[in-house]
Order: sequence, then C-alpha cells, then structure tokens
Amino acid sequence: MKDKLIIAGKEFSSRLFIGTGKYASNKIMADSIEASGTQMVTVALRRVDIQNPQDNMLAAIDRKKYLLLPNTSGARNADEAVRLARLARAATEINWLKLEVTPDPYYLLPDPVETLKAAEILVKEGFIVLPYINADPVLAKKLQDIGTATVMPLASPIGSNQGLKTKAAIEIIIAQATVPVVVDAGLGMPSHAAEAMEMGADAVLINTAIATAGNPVKMAEAFKKAVQAGREAFEAGSSGVKNQADASSPLTGFLRD
Amino acid sequence: MDLQKAIYDDTGYSVERLAALLSPEAQKYLEPMAQKARQITRQRFGNTIQLYAPLYVSNFCVNSCPYCAFNRQSDLPRKRLTIEQACKEADILADDGFRHILIVSGEDTKFVSIPYLAELSQKLREKFSSISIEIYPASTEDYEKLFTAGIDSIAIYQETYDRSDYAKFHKTGPKADYDWRLETLQRAAQAGFRSLGLGFLIGLSDWHAQMQALAQHADYLMKKYWQAKVSFSFPRLRPAENVDEKLFKYMISDTQLVQMMVSLRLCFPDSEIVLSTREKPNFRDNMAQICVTRMSAGSRTNPGGYAQKDESLSQFEIADDRTPDQVAEMLKSKNLQAVWKDWDKAFIK
Repeated sequence: MKDKLIIAGKEFSSRLFIGTGKYASNKIMADSIEASGTQMVTVALRRVDIQNPQDNMLAAIDRKKYLLLPNTSGARNADEAVRLARLARAATEINWLKLEVTPDPYYLLPDPVETLKAAEILVKEGFIVLPYINADPVLAKKLQDIGTATVMPLASPIGSNQGLKTKAAIEIIIAQATVPVVVDAGLGMPSHAAEAMEMGADAVLINTAIATAGNPVKMAEAFKKAVQAGREAFEAGSSGVKNQADASSPLTGFLRD
Repeated sequence: MDLQKAIYDDTGYSVERLAALLSPEAQKYLEPMAQKARQITRQRFGNTIQLYAPLYVSNFCVNSCPYCAFNRQSDLPRKRLTIEQACKEADILADDGFRHILIVSGEDTKFVSIPYLAELSQKLREKFSSISIEIYPASTEDYEKLFTAGIDSIAIYQETYDRSDYAKFHKTGPKADYDWRLETLQRAAQAGFRSLGLGFLIGLSDWHAQMQALAQHADYLMKKYWQAKVSFSFPRLRPAENVDEKLFKYMISDTQLVQMMVSLRLCFPDSEIVLSTREKPNFRDNMAQICVTRMSAGSRTNPGGYAQKDESLSQFEIADDRTPDQVAEMLKSKNLQAVWKDWDKAFIK
C-alpha cells in the first residue's frame, strides 16, 4: 500500500518539500525543483514581489505543478508575520502559509511565544498554517490544539547541514502528533533525510543542502530517493535495533533440556 | 593561537583568533583562508549577492574631515536635492531594478533634517523594499521616527577607533564628538533598526588595531542587540591627487585588504560583508566569490548624479563604473545570482 501524505485535505504523493533560497540562478532552482519530484515549494515573501506575477523567481515556479507555500522569513515577531501573511494572501489568494518568526538574525531560531501568538491569529483568519518551530514537543501540541495544519520542527539550525541533532525531541513530537510532522531545517545530506523519514516523519523540507551543492539538480534527485527510501523503510517496519547478539548457546539453555 | 587552528577550527570570534588571522605570518596562508571563507559564505548565504545603490541627497557638510571631498573647507560645488528631485533619482534606480536603496548625505542637518528623511522614506517605500541611511549620527528618538517612516537599516563608520587619531582628523564640527558617533549604532538598534553597518576608513590608523576594535564593537552589538544584524564595510582611502600621503600613513595593499575581509568572515560567519564601487572591478569580482555578500552597482556619489552625470560634485571617485546590469551579468558568469530584493516594506507598519 502506498500511503499518501494529506495536509489540510490536500494530497501529496511526494514527501519532500523544497525551499527556494540560495540558488545560483532561477533556472538551476527550477531544474532542482523538477528533479526533486516535490509538489510543495516554499518562497520567502521578502525575496519576491508577491503582487507581481512577472517576478523572476515566481515566474520560474510552475504553479500548476507545485503548491506555492509563502513563508514569513525575516519576521521578528507575531505582528510582522501576521501583517506579511495578510498582504501576501490579499495579493495572491494563497491561503497556505509557512509561519516563520525568527527574531535572531544569525541562527534564525524560531521564537516559540511569538509563533504561537501568530498561529492563533492566522488560524482564526482561515490560513492553513505550517509553523516552523524548535523541536519542542509541548509547543508542537499547543499548535496542534489551536489548529495548525502541520508542525515543522527543526533538525538543527537552519542552513547548518548538521543533520538530526534534535532527534530525541522529534521522536516525541512524532509519537504525540495528530497532524503531519515535517522535519525542517538542518538536514544536510540525503542520509539525514532518510533517517528522519525512517523515524516516521511525514515529510522533510530541504533548501541549503540542495541549493549550495556542487550539482544541485543531482542532489535534488538524491534527496528524492532518500526520502522515498526512508518512507518505505518506515512503512516496512524496522526489525528493530538490538543491543546484543542472540547467543546461539544460551546460558539458560540447560533449563529446557 | 596556532595559525592552523585559527584558520580551520570554527570557533567564532576571539581576540586571539583574529590576531592570528591578521598576523604577517598568516599572509602565507591567504589562499586556504580564502577557500575557507568562500565555503562558509556559500553555505550561509548561498550562491547569491545582494545589490543596492546609494542615493546622495546633499553634499553640504558642517564637518571638515580632510579625507572627504564634502568637507566644508573644500571648494566643491554644493548641491541639495529636494524631495521631488531625490524621488526622480530614485525612480532611475528603481527602473534599473534596485529594491534596496541607501540614502547618503553630508552632515547637513538644516536641509537633510529628520522630517526630510522621514518624508523621503515614505515616498521611497512605494518602490523600494528596504531603505538604509548613511548620514550624521542622530538620537534614539529621531531614529524611531525614521524607523516608523520605513528606514530599516543604517551604516555609520567610526572612521578610526583610535581616539587620538580621531581627534586629529576631526578637530571641529559635531563629528569631533567620538563617543556620540561610537554609540550611534546602539541608538539605532534601540529604535528597531535591523541592519547595523560598521566599518572604519582604512588608511587613517594602523589596521591591525582597527580590526580588533571593529570586531569588538561588532561582538558587543551582536550580543546586546541580538535582533539586529551586523554588516561590515571596508571603505579604503585610495592614493589619489587630493589625498596627502603624509597625512594618511596607513594605506594598505590589496593583499592586506583581502586578509582583513577574509579574517572577519572566518570570525563572523553570518555577518554581511559589503563592498562598494570605491574598489576596482577586478577586486570586486574576485571578492564576490570569496566572502562579499552585498555590493553596490552603478553608483553615483554626487547628488543628482543619476539624472545628470556631473562628477565634479562627487564624494569619492568611482573605481567601478559598470552599470547594474553589467554587474549582475558578471555575477551570473561566476555562478552567482544577483538578488535585488531581500526584504519587504511590510515588515514595518
């Protein structure tokens, strides 16, 4: 059985989401998106002229093939994120939003308090909210309670390519989740993405690892395969990791003689 | 600190690490330092370079800095742009594709007043997604007014962090107040500004000590005003006819400038590094591939210079007179994308 990912009623056959920053050209970005097999592409509202369909970056993304997920990258508090979201929706009628509130411009770590505040407002206003969060299980539950469409915990600081540094917390988030869990930020290699998928993450979002690879298109393909492999492994069910070997001559074998 | 460790261990900023990277011995390792700087820059900033353009609104100035063509004793023809004239200049820049603009002025508070800047900013917001200023130091209250009007970034250079050299070069005028200038970025950060541009005028004092002071200043700002992003600029005095080499004893070579820039990148991996058209095309094109993240292009440093090409009013000689499109093309040829917009006016109410 091939299970599908469903977010806010919309079905996705690809579990790989793609970010659009840091590419050397819009052509390489478009080719990488294509090669990744993704169906969801996130775009920073700060980078594009969202009201202008002729915008070079927007024009390079085929809206028939990919769901455009605007994000509020750069917002320092709930007010700024909400304002940006409203303007973007008014201009595009896109209801989907990746909510990012990152007051610290260096590590770009998400602000839990302001993210929750903004999510509350935006969910009430009918947005489909996909919040970027630290791997905080309690925050993840609170966001689900107010009605976000997913939770998107970070694997490690964004752009760091460090892999699943927050694994233990993400395991708890997945175990408790009632909405899809998308592991976002910090996945640097396809093996990291596969690991997240094997754990039971519903999807992953990749940007830097593809955009700044030597060959972004090839790396996009590699991530596509890794995400598929990881998901299939999860569905297959692991035989479990054992700490010890099964002794062929057990010490208590004499009891059964 | 061991030089290999200073180059290769990602330990961030420390006085010792920066000293090792700036040492004469490190010059032998400039290539591996540049390689490392490039790798960090591409990972953190991607294959992109932000482009911006300066908008000079007045070359009147009450100060008398001997290194600056705008100093009040020079017989430079003076010009001030009305709001309408400034907007016309900005329209040309918007048509060129720019969405980030830097308002520059001499210390001309009577004309380029806070209300003038606020009004200009309100108008520029219609076409620009990010507005910066490089003007005289102002108070926190004034910066609050400017921030509300849509100005989100500031650059101000200390010129020299050495107090005795500073006093020597700034004998009169409001600029004589070292501390008021030094604390400018703090006041702007308190008012909400998001990008704080630092630098010193290279050539006024010994560059090793200046670099250490610059780094300490940046480190302080980054920790205290953690929501604002620091950017570094490297304005350098160039040997020129009007520059008295007896007065400016600390001119540096291209190699030394590269060493400075690369060393800062290694210590501050996430900070913006800005390079203006003071530098020549060959230098800019190569630094774009190493550690620079933001460049001006097609700049005119005289008020009204985009509409009327009259160099006689300029603050400094432009060493790279390529058009913005030519600079974008150059970047493309180096597998870098010119980014014209990387902010949004919607961030400010």
